[in-house]
Amino acid sequence: MATSVQDERITQPTYHEITRDIAATLGKPSRTYYLLLAIAISVFGFGVIALLYQVRFGLGVAGYTPPVMWGVYITTFVFWVGIAHSGTLISAILYLFRSAWRTAVYRTAEAMTVFAVMTAGLFPLIHVGRIWYAYWLFPYPNQRQLWVNFKSPLLWDVFAVSTYFTVSTLFLIMGLIPDVAALREKATGWRKKLYELTSLGWRGTDQQWRHYTRAYLYLAALATPLVLSVHSVVSWDFAMSIVPGWHATIFAPYFVAGAIYSGVAMVVTLLVPLRKVFKVERYITVDHFENLSKLLLLTGMIVGYAYFIEYFMAWYSGSPYERASFWNRAFGDYWWATWTMLICNGFLPFFLFFKKVRRSIPALFVLSLFVNLGMWFERFVIIVVSLSFEYEPYAMGHYTPSWVEWAILAGSFGWFFMWFLLFAKNFPTVSITEVKEIIPMPRKERPHHG
Amino acid sequence: MAKPPGGVLALYRHVDAAVDSIRALKEKGHRDFTVYTPVPNVEIQQAVGHRVSPVRLWTLAGGLTGCVSGFALSLWMSYDWPIVVGGKPIGSVIPYVVIAFELTILFGAGATILGLLYHSWRTRQRGAYDGSCTDDRIGIFVPCPAERRTAVEEMLNASGAEEVRVEA
Repeated sequence: MATSVQDERITQPTYHEITRDIAATLGKPSRTYYLLLAIAISVFGFGVIALLYQVRFGLGVAGYTPPVMWGVYITTFVFWVGIAHSGTLISAILYLFRSAWRTAVYRTAEAMTVFAVMTAGLFPLIHVGRIWYAYWLFPYPNQRQLWVNFKSPLLWDVFAVSTYFTVSTLFLIMGLIPDVAALREKATGWRKKLYELTSLGWRGTDQQWRHYTRAYLYLAALATPLVLSVHSVVSWDFAMSIVPGWHATIFAPYFVAGAIYSGVAMVVTLLVPLRKVFKVERYITVDHFENLSKLLLLTGMIVGYAYFIEYFMAWYSGSPYERASFWNRAFGDYWWATWTMLICNGFLPFFLFFKKVRRSIPALFVLSLFVNLGMWFERFVIIVVSLSFEYEPYAMGHYTPSWVEWAILAGSFGWFFMWFLLFAKNFPTVSITEVKEIIPMPRKERPHHG
Repeated sequence: MAKPPGGVLALYRHVDAAVDSIRALKEKGHRDFTVYTPVPNVEIQQAVGHRVSPVRLWTLAGGLTGCVSGFALSLWMSYDWPIVVGGKPIGSVIPYVVIAFELTILFGAGATILGLLYHSWRTRQRGAYDGSCTDDRIGIFVPCPAERRTAVEEMLNASGAEEVRVEA
């Protein structure tokens, strides 16, 4: 029988090449990998030492000064929850929109989501001081028959973040199953055992795909409103109070856009070295970075607009407290934080209007670092600057973070990168199955009739 | 564990060849064959002709249970410890929507995974398998008694199988 494959291999990899290339990323780690892992673990260890110091001597070692009793810890909590958002946007929302380019980058974004939520979840525990009582946050039967306050946005946060962590972890694991099964066939030693265990007996049968594709679709459909709700709920931690600078109805969409903005920036930060180190430039191309930078531009402009509207509403409301609060942000003690935020998040993204910048990977990498910096400062400005300058002049105060807080902040980056690096060497950071899905299956050439 | 059934395993490189084989098998009255693919494929799904997965019912049931649980949990606990906070009613339904929403998603997602595991287990296909089917080949396993294997082998070869082997 005369058969030939339609020749699409010149530009597109074959299924076998995809499996081979992505499996190759899990090979023997290089020295650079070990060096990065050692740095991440060391920085994390430094954070742990600072945390133990705080546990030993109490929250007094943090720089809290009344009225600023939410500082670096809550700032960093919001920062990491925000980082987590782009993962679900790329894996769930773009999946529902059948966006083909997401397939090469979504696994990295999804893994980043899980590790970012794991990092974020530490901070409320660190912030409450007595970590061993953290279970008080959850409703549980107790001797005094007390229940938690369901009217408090802080409790909504407990439910929202726990749900987000659970659902995004399930989503990540579920996406990994067919990939791990593909790797299982070639793996040896302990990895073979690991993949045999985690592939849950996957063989790609028609019945398995029948249930899997449906379940994946519904999980994506559930994750989509979830991603929008989680940062809305986080924003209500602030917006439900009457602190000037917090009490605004724009907070939910403003926070969601900011979260996606910072998350996409972190995806870029991770993908740039990853594609080089793992040699997956064939799969994560400049086009992917251009699409990510378009997302950055869109969300960055929404964030910039929100900054403008915040100032406009402070003026338009006629409230002297709102006006004073926003004047203080720009020209008060913390002017440097506000201007860092405005320049990094409001001004720099405009460079993305230039195609040259969108397609320049070094430029995007640098920009993504600035956006990450700017987004951390955004949360610092909202939380610390607003709390330090409320209604009564005699109750105003100045907060300076202590070394313990900076060390724990640094440690959180070490913790995050440690998990990401460990994941990247043991599981595929580019989805084998979904990259194959966007390439048509080979067909035999049909004879021409007539 | 019961011994896997014997039969014929065919491997394909081309999707249309595999689809032709599936149609031919169905015409001959085979219903219990297994198709292995590295990725989900619409043509193959249509040729096999399964009904929509019942996993969706698990999602619905989980979501509804979560919604009811969210309201029940927050309302019951509020009335069990009735303390006025911020001048709001003891059972404030509007703020409890957040709890109910989150539990809808949580229970819906959990039930979806349980449904996937349950139905995948219930409809598990235990025939012969080749590792290349998670890489780049499509596999079709047809369970059949020894006396019919030659006929099945010929049919699968005729529709473009790259490799056909008998699995005892």
